[in-house]
Amino acid sequence: MPTMFEKIWSCHVVTEGPGGQSLLYIDRHLLHEGATHAFARLHRAGRSVRRPGGLVATADHYVPTGRGSEAQSNEEIRGMVEGLARSTREEGVTLFGPGDPRQGIVHVIGPEQGLTQPGIVLVCGDSHTATHGAFGAIAFGIGSTEVEHVLATGCLWQKKPKVMRITVTGRRPAGVTAKDVILAIIARIGAAGGVGHAIEYAGPVIAAMSMEERMTVCNMSIEAGARAGMIAPDATTFAYVEGRPYAPKGTQWDKALEYWKTLPSDPNAVFDREVEVDGAVIAPTVTWGTSPQDALPITGSVPDPARESDPARRQALGRALDYMGLRPGMALTDIAVDRVFIGSCTNSRIEDLRAAAAVAKGRRAVVTAWVVPGSGLIKRAAEAEGLHEIFTAAGFEWREPGCSMCIGMNGDTAREHERVASTSNRNFEGRQGKGARTHLMSPAMAAAAAVTGRLTDVRDLHPSPPPGERVG
Amino acid sequence: MQPFTTLTAAAVPMDLPNIDTDRVIPARFLRKPREAGYEKFFFHDVRFNADGSENGDFILNQAPYRQAKILVTAENFGCGSSREGAVWALMDHGIRCVIGPSFGDIFFENCFKNGVLALVLPPAAAAAIRRQLQERPGATISVDLEGQTLTAPDGSLHRFEVDPFRKQALLRGQDEIALTLEYEQAILAHESRRAAEMPWLT
Repeated sequence: MPTMFEKIWSCHVVTEGPGGQSLLYIDRHLLHEGATHAFARLHRAGRSVRRPGGLVATADHYVPTGRGSEAQSNEEIRGMVEGLARSTREEGVTLFGPGDPRQGIVHVIGPEQGLTQPGIVLVCGDSHTATHGAFGAIAFGIGSTEVEHVLATGCLWQKKPKVMRITVTGRRPAGVTAKDVILAIIARIGAAGGVGHAIEYAGPVIAAMSMEERMTVCNMSIEAGARAGMIAPDATTFAYVEGRPYAPKGTQWDKALEYWKTLPSDPNAVFDREVEVDGAVIAPTVTWGTSPQDALPITGSVPDPARESDPARRQALGRALDYMGLRPGMALTDIAVDRVFIGSCTNSRIEDLRAAAAVAKGRRAVVTAWVVPGSGLIKRAAEAEGLHEIFTAAGFEWREPGCSMCIGMNGDTAREHERVASTSNRNFEGRQGKGARTHLMSPAMAAAAAVTGRLTDVRDLHPSPPPGERVG
Repeated sequence: MQPFTTLTAAAVPMDLPNIDTDRVIPARFLRKPREAGYEKFFFHDVRFNADGSENGDFILNQAPYRQAKILVTAENFGCGSSREGAVWALMDHGIRCVIGPSFGDIFFENCFKNGVLALVLPPAAAAAIRRQLQERPGATISVDLEGQTLTAPDGSLHRFEVDPFRKQALLRGQDEIALTLEYEQAILAHESRRAAEMPWLT
């Protein structure tokens, strides 16, 4: 009896190729400025886009998110945005470019526009493409050569990965977010735990999540080593998709819905690997090191390399603490931060902004704090609710949509040794700027760090669970 | 794509697990045109000091390893970002083969698409080879893709697995798009089936 992954996979196999790889049909291909390299090679080879209707592009990695940005003054950065506009115009591909209210982070706008649907195979030249798997789709990140291949053929050669199910049992405690759940999962299975696998997230904690929360979980699958993450579609999924611009309408909707209901893994489906995580013991979580697996409950303390018996691990731990400028054994809540970043494809959606605003409301940021909405439409929605006024009154900077300081390609970077409380997905060395130090956490925890100036257990700031919180 | 058949060359060991592609090539270089060459971006921020001089402590800057064409890594090398620039930087530095116990899935795929052999060995074998390279800096490794064998610096012979599709593509230096376009009839048939069964997908 097949898993959800197998059902979707088998219905997209065009042909079994030589040597055990399948030619997989790609329903949707999302593009951002990084596709510029692939378009250049495609055109040099005298080829063109096979199916422009399957593509949608947006500018996110290189767009400015504030005035006086390097993204405006740097010719190369501007050239990436202009290059995407030129290539998409030439090939007849829809582009949500700067100034279009639909512009935003590629993994935010796909679901927002209804481009992301259950049962499809979706690719994008970005490793956080797993986000779209939250709808019960096979979605994975690809490299530049693969982008060129999909542009030219609408297909991709793939070896079928193994499938792992991660079941999160119990009930999520108050004050614990989807970000805490996925950080706890990565800490448990490790940054290489999902290599060679697609992950299906299941269990009562996942089923009780909103679509935005599910996207946060699937988004960080790659941080656990898995190229794809997915969640069975259900009533929550269908309600989210219905009525969006690219969603099926009328009788097409009825047909689609009937099919989507057949997608979840069969009850007796066999997975290559099963992992169970107790959701009831997950606490607000932060990272202390330079790999997303270096995550601990905020009540914990910085690990001590001297207590590590394996020499390779001891070396890696020592190097991470050295880079991060941390002392072994210090309480995580004693770590002072220099700035705060709320944004990225992991945590820049309206529920994220509401959660951060609930903490910021009536308080004052004591360090530089940026809020970067995931799309133009999210920015408008937040402003309609008055969230921007809460943020600005609390001293947070309300910015324009884009990837911004998650990756810093547009020049939005932190300085050397600056310590950032960040809602993004990677705490790698140099990720947010050369020598910058990143601690990953949820939007509520990042807002808490902004108002206290240090890593803070958001539960200590709230007399009751924060608004927008859902108890599983 | 440049074919890969056999390679005998000096190898450089890297012991740290989970070396991510942000470290292999920082994001700010990804806007550079491919034609300009990516060599100097390879491990840029750990390889060079702030003033542009070489960091002598970094292994790639040490004499016996400078000419290495093979990189022997620890677990999960190339994890993180899908940036193919990581492979372009590695190739432009002269590396044609990466050996390790596991790789980031997207990095692994990107290697094969560029004529670089990503070769998986059991963790103990990879660790033993890294140790030999540390004990005898500049020692060579031989790789025979057709025969799927690797000869370590100590002369020991290791057989490795490689997916037959990827192996053939590397041996021939194949243009994958041209190959796929030969399946045009199958793609068209799939598209008409899809249009009938899932008409809501455009």
